Amino acid sequence: MENNHKKSRRDFIRSGTRLSLLITLGAVGGLAAKHVTAEKYVWQIDPFKCTQCGRCATSCVMTPSAAKCIHAYDLCGYCDLCGGYLKPDANQLSTAAENQLCPTAAIQRKYIEEPYFEYVINEDLCIGCAKCVKGCTSFGNGSLHLQIIHRICLNCNECSIARLCPSQAISRVKASKSYNVKGSFTKDGKV
Amino acid sequence: MKNCIKISLIFIFLLFSLAGMTQQQRFPKPEFGNGYSQPTPITPEPRALALEYTDVVVLLVVLSLASWMAIRKRSRRGLLWLSVFSLIYFGFYRNGCICSVGSVQNVALTLFDPGYAISITTLLFFLLPLVFTLYFGRTFCAGACPLGAMQDLLIIKPISLPEWLRKTLGIIPYLYLTLAVLFAATGTDFIICRYDPFVGIFRMDAEFHMVILGIAFLLMGMFVARAYCRFLCPYGVILSWMSRFSKWHLSITPVACIQCKLCSDSCPFDAIDYPTDEKQSKSTKWGVNRFLVYAILIPLWIFIGGFAGSRAHTWISKANPTVYLAELLVSNPEVRNDQKNLDVQAFLSSGKPLETLVKEATVIRRKFYTGSWIAGGFMGLVIGMTLLSQVVYRKKADYQPHKGNCYSCGRCMNFCPVKK
Repeated sequence: MENNHKKSRRDFIRSGTRLSLLITLGAVGGLAAKHVTAEKYVWQIDPFKCTQCGRCATSCVMTPSAAKCIHAYDLCGYCDLCGGYLKPDANQLSTAAENQLCPTAAIQRKYIEEPYFEYVINEDLCIGCAKCVKGCTSFGNGSLHLQIIHRICLNCNECSIARLCPSQAISRVKASKSYNVKGSFTKDGKV
Repeated sequence: MKNCIKISLIFIFLLFSLAGMTQQQRFPKPEFGNGYSQPTPITPEPRALALEYTDVVVLLVVLSLASWMAIRKRSRRGLLWLSVFSLIYFGFYRNGCICSVGSVQNVALTLFDPGYAISITTLLFFLLPLVFTLYFGRTFCAGACPLGAMQDLLIIKPISLPEWLRKTLGIIPYLYLTLAVLFAATGTDFIICRYDPFVGIFRMDAEFHMVILGIAFLLMGMFVARAYCRFLCPYGVILSWMSRFSKWHLSITPVACIQCKLCSDSCPFDAIDYPTDEKQSKSTKWGVNRFLVYAILIPLWIFIGGFAGSRAHTWISKANPTVYLAELLVSNPEVRNDQKNLDVQAFLSSGKPLETLVKEATVIRRKFYTGSWIAGGFMGLVIGMTLLSQVVYRKKADYQPHKGNCYSCGRCMNFCPVKK
């Protein structure tokens, strides 16, 4: 009898604690639910905030980085003397490897008509070093810019590039508008 | 009506002129004559939202199956295969991200930063295992956690650790959890994700020091079973407290313990409580005094912890990039000339005044001051309670799993000779 009494008291305390833990969980869940969103968010670079520091190439958890150069053809001037393609101190205006700015030769140059050339990024070769972006932004129209390619991005809980980005250019964007391609995306962040 | 048309005409005109302004470029796009078709930039879509919900469904199914296997079916083999599945799905297929262990930080951030929106998937990944644990014990650890599964499969020759060592190392997860919540709540960093030793193995890609850490944990785990789960996992702290009060829990014996001691060495995690020694529990007179002293000391511990935390807040807050940068620029103004310091150069080129940065840093540091008091006080409480638990003897008659520490892996069940 004595033993039974003790046992039921212990059970009572246990179930009481369980209930209060459940209520605590509910409260935490409820408070968090105030800010809950059914929308999916992904990491993306704001090309107007990007300062082309080169950390995208080295900080991503993926090798090579999920941040790669993409080309907004609408803005491209199709220049022969392309600041994103040729080194500023290039020996001569030719496609020889020593004259190319890209360390992996990921930019392919194609002749269209005099004096215009098309520049296409080979995504498989691009490592996201932003050297071409810097060249294009300083000397050209800025049509080359970095974007996080979502086929490669693991959508980490905290983007390891965003943590180290010196210009806070990487933030979460809605998955329905997952790219900030220059041209359709303007400086104020309006699409 | 006329006005309306006028306004809309003006609006259209403005729109065109604005568009014209943004289109102005250094090198205008040429007009091509020979039917050149312009390629479009490649923008592959992210993983579909529906697949995120699939993850939640998979978690729910795995948790239900694990609980059923631990409590009803009593099948170690079933739990083993379930953990293999979780390792493959949540680990190698989903690359270890999304995970319940890290979701603690998202919840902490969303509670303290109203601007951060938590996704419903993350919230469910945080809540579901806890609710299940509250009813069935830590079946999440046994069947659903890829980090646990990875270590569990590599246990070769587990050694038994002395109790004092286990209790002392057992304080580390509390410290880790406290720091993780502090850093997440102040928007500084997600340290659980950053220092996850196994995520690099899932992705087959990580920084060098994390690879070394991951391999070291796995090698150590061959002898110190589930070293990460026992002495680091911050989510395990919450799970352990849920499990202590769980409604049902895995039991070693299906019917009644016959005290055969066969299971006593079966647990690689030292999570089986032995029956209490009668002689030990009789010497309680001295124990009562010690209990009182330790209980009275708890507020002192809380104060010491809080005080130590508040003293350390300046140092801890340097983990925040804004605070770090502001302090660097104020204390060493000559870094402005350092062209190699990308953070400083990016800040200077942004044109943001230093006062604004310092103001932001002050706000964050004040948050750290309050947070460090609370975090330190909590750590004091943990130390005080750990000491107190040393002098509390609970009378136990049978060999039972310790509900807080047991991972419900089911190894011990196979050692019990009693059949239903």
